Amino acid sequence: MIITLTVNGRRTELDLDPRTTLLDALRHHLALTGTKKGCDHGQCGACTLLVNGRRINSCLALAASHDGDEITTIEGLGKPEAMSDLQAAFVQHDGYQCGYCTPGQIMSAEAMLAEVAEGWPSYVTRALDDDPTLTDEEMAERMSGNLCRCSAYPRIRQAIGAVRDARASRTEAAE
Amino acid sequence: MRPFDYSRADGAPDAAAKAAQGATILAGGTNLLDLMKLEVMAPEAVVDISRLDLTGITPTEDGGLRIGALVTNTDLANDRTVRTQYPVLSRALLSGATVQLRNKATTGGNLLQRTRCPYFYDTGAACNKRDPGSGCAAMTGCNRILAVLGGSDHCIATHPSDMAVAMRALRARVALESPEGTREIALADLHVLPGDTPEVETVLQPGEVITSVILPPAPPGRQAYVKIRDRASYAFALVSVAGIVAIEDGRITEAALAFGGLAPKPWRDPEVEAALIGQPAGPAAAEAAADVLLADAKGHGGNDFKIPLARRTLKRALRELTEATS
Ligand SMILES: Cc1cc2nc3c(=O)[nH]c(=O)nc-3n(C[C@H](O)[C@H](O)[C@H](O)COP(=O)(O)OP(=O)(O)OC[C@H]3O[C@@H](n4cnc5c(N)ncnc54)[C@H](O)[C@@H]3O)c2cc1C
Ligand code: SF4
Ligand code: FES
Ligand code: FES
Repeated sequence: MIITLTVNGRRTELDLDPRTTLLDALRHHLALTGTKKGCDHGQCGACTLLVNGRRINSCLALAASHDGDEITTIEGLGKPEAMSDLQAAFVQHDGYQCGYCTPGQIMSAEAMLAEVAEGWPSYVTRALDDDPTLTDEEMAERMSGNLCRCSAYPRIRQAIGAVRDARASRTEAAE
Repeated sequence: MRPFDYSRADGAPDAAAKAAQGATILAGGTNLLDLMKLEVMAPEAVVDISRLDLTGITPTEDGGLRIGALVTNTDLANDRTVRTQYPVLSRALLSGATVQLRNKATTGGNLLQRTRCPYFYDTGAACNKRDPGSGCAAMTGCNRILAVLGGSDHCIATHPSDMAVAMRALRARVALESPEGTREIALADLHVLPGDTPEVETVLQPGEVITSVILPPAPPGRQAYVKIRDRASYAFALVSVAGIVAIEDGRITEAALAFGGLAPKPWRDPEVEAALIGQPAGPAAAEAAADVLLADAKGHGGNDFKIPLARRTLKRALRELTEATS
């Protein structure tokens, strides 16, 4: 079947078997291998990407269900010579060991920073009627869908925390 | 994954018509695709309802809330009315899965997700639910996460949803549509106990689709969701309690308690609530309620620990619901 995806701003038409997941469409049909396949069952978060701005596990989504959607992958955030702030922070803080979970961690973190700014609560948010702040406890809970087999968690949190702080001071300066 | 015919429904009636002809409904896909990859489910036709306009959260005339079947778990947990009027529902949703999954998971799909019994997932094992009449490997096998209430000799699967437990405490109703028309049932009646037909999990007829869930007006009292699991985040409940309790002059005047992780359906026992009404809030009332809840509980070895754990979880929930706040 023919479907259209807009991946990192570029519209592409694909002719796919209906069984094709969004993850396999990217990796096997569009040669975008930044998005990783860990478990293929929605358990590890390696395949995290953004669909219309929201993070999902692309291994548990049929490409056919996302006909017409806007997809953002790790390739869409930045390039080695022009990294995004999160990508640069992961390098600077050594937020990985083998690096396999890293694209998923970064896509998840990108979405998480937006979710907190929009006031989404989490399981550890004390008062549901207040807007949350991204404490370390909140970060651990909100990132729990991204496993790191190398257990680089302390440095992953450091990298994300640095970007959280940098973005906050940039907003303050702008105000 | 086995090949299947894929189609998109152009409305709830179309989805119902296709389901009546044997197609399996695909909503968020977070449960169905997982099971299709393992060939635990192998539908020949799939009808995708994910683009249908069933995404509204709207007030009802009597002061309750109607939740479209395709409202995502994220949007429901984030909704301002839910957060302030039905916090037990927000909390239950936020305790389940991860943001990535909740962004896809839908209200209807969450209610109809299948059990996480390891033998149901393992096509090499005996499982009466997956393959009726083949036996139940869980009875003598690894049954740590399985049921101590409501099971049968044929199946002790647990229903894994957190959301459904909160909805059961809130006395939710479920709106259904089929080629024959529409009907509304209590969520309490949606899921059935396994008996000797564990393959039958709900009262849904072929061709019936869930179109919305209706919450009555928010009940008086405090609300809490307590979930006990193997790790602090991203795990299914071993035991959970959704509680709504009102007290006056130190005595419990109203109580609604539903339990997850214990039974094949979100569990609610009116006698547990009756044991609390009129009692002074405190450990004695909680112990008495736990006695009633667990009178018929039956462990199968690996899940024996759930019986004392359920008692402690109920006590903790009641403490949170009745303690004076500072
Ligand atoms: C790793 C992992 C961890 C998880 N942890 C938790 C947890 O802690 N707590 C928890 O509660 N859940 C948890 N879940 C389960 C998750 O909540 C469910 O997978 C999700 O809610 C299912 O919704 P869906 O829209 O994706 O359903 P789908 O997968 O699309 O559908 C599920 C079933 O419902 C049927 N269906 C869907 N919508 C309708 C409808 N409107 N009418 C009729 N039939 C319909 C489908 O045919 C299918 O059989 C977890 C899932 C994963 C993968
Ligand atoms: S408990 Fe139910 S789902 Fe699990 S193996 Fe037995 S019959 Fe199958
Ligand atoms: S590969 Fe998708 S969650 Fe693991
Ligand atoms: S860096 Fe190796 S899995 Fe995370």
